[in-house]
Amino acid sequence: MFGGFDNSYSPMWHNGPKPGAFYNFPATSTSSPKDEKQRDSQPITTGSSVIAFKYDTGVVISADTLISYGKLLRYRNVDRVFKVNDHTIIGVGGEYADFQFIKKYIDQKVTEDYCYDDNLQLKPKSLFNWLTRVLYNKRCRFAPLWIDIVIGGLQDGVPFLGHVDHRGRAYEDAAIATGYGKHLALPLIREKIENQTETLNAERAVELSKSCMEVLFYRDCQSYPQYKIATCDGQGARVDGPINVAQNWEQALNV
Amino acid sequence: MEAVKLGSATVGLKGRDYAVVVALKRASSELASYQKKIIPIDDHLGISIAGITADARVLSRYMRQECLNYKYSNDTVYPASRLIMNLGNKMQKCTQRYDRRPFGVGLLVAAYDDQGPHIYEVVPSANYFSVKAMSIGSRSQSARTYLEKHLEKFSQCTKEELIKHGLEALKGTLPNEDLLTSANISIGVVGKGENFHILDDKENQAYVDAIEKRKPGGGPDDDSGAGGSSLPSVPTPADEPGDRDPIAAVAMETH
Repeated sequence: MFGGFDNSYSPMWHNGPKPGAFYNFPATSTSSPKDEKQRDSQPITTGSSVIAFKYDTGVVISADTLISYGKLLRYRNVDRVFKVNDHTIIGVGGEYADFQFIKKYIDQKVTEDYCYDDNLQLKPKSLFNWLTRVLYNKRCRFAPLWIDIVIGGLQDGVPFLGHVDHRGRAYEDAAIATGYGKHLALPLIREKIENQTETLNAERAVELSKSCMEVLFYRDCQSYPQYKIATCDGQGARVDGPINVAQNWEQALNV
Repeated sequence: MEAVKLGSATVGLKGRDYAVVVALKRASSELASYQKKIIPIDDHLGISIAGITADARVLSRYMRQECLNYKYSNDTVYPASRLIMNLGNKMQKCTQRYDRRPFGVGLLVAAYDDQGPHIYEVVPSANYFSVKAMSIGSRSQSARTYLEKHLEKFSQCTKEELIKHGLEALKGTLPNEDLLTSANISIGVVGKGENFHILDDKENQAYVDAIEKRKPGGGPDDDSGAGGSSLPSVPTPADEPGDRDPIAAVAMETH
């Protein structure tokens, strides 16, 4: 067998690796810490909740103007809701630096549309889809952009509202809230939008948004009494504010 | 440019809601089947070619790739105007370098997007034109003459009428003693609520029959009452003579 070569008689060479194995050089290890790369695994400077919902002819997104550094209220006058173009608005929570990074590319897309000069503009659904792709791609590279982003606007005249998070998880809904807003504001919003007796018009929508921001300010300790509201409907997109919560701590006695 | 004139003719025209391309197919020999003339690119767009087929396949592969990528990242179809602009830019590059040759193919692009239906003419010099109706390929001048004559009507035409106009125009480009048959024509349609598709043999035959039965001067829009529901429409004799298609008239006299 095998040309009469007797494998058991003597090894081909001494001190070498076993067949199929690698030579293990002394004083080295196969996985050195140098091969590894440390990446951010948590947000540092963060925005808190964003609340957003559809009303009969458009969408409204609101968020306070606070960026925290841990528990420290570090930057107190920073926008977290933006107009992207005439029919798209966004609101963002999470790591603000990561958002600034992605915002650069969103602005680039808008500028590109302008330069084409063909009256075509980025639509909210396209932006939503694009962000989903980018954020999921980033998380696959173990370098997620740690943001919670809400995209709203008019898609061919119909209100659109979607949410993407730092893992690329995405969903569309009539009411979306991130952070503590999910627990504190979402029930209040749903109560109104599911109310069959009166339609939620633009005026009522803004009122509802204001009352939600007020509740969030009282109950979420990472919030701020100043906020902005972005609305998008047939009249176009705009950001209103800053609006201040009329604080009344007397009620604390009743809680 | 000369390569386009060697290819068999193709006609493209658009109405209010539809864009249609019709093409005359040729076989390279008696033993061969007819060459493909219309290539679907995406749900909203297709091209009809005249010239070097191999070059057309390269361009169609590029366009398909671009459409697919656009759909992946933007969740919507590629706006035709931008796709054609990028295609034009790609084609221009090889007109400028001494070590390249231009694409030896002319395209008629039929598309339907947010802006409505489009017909684009793309030529080897890398120029592209948005047109209401156009014909390229060998003997296409007579088709253009036909299209110019009936241009005003196209905006009111139904899909069926557009196809018939296309075939009437194509008929003028036929080589001597050749007839339109279901096998030597190809019809591509795209429009409101209708993805780009190439009609099958049976549908082709119905349109060929409708054209062949037509009496002199009978433009396809004469069957306005039929509304396209009954395809081989009842021919109405003696219509306004100014509207007469000379070729159809001659054919009638020989009968």
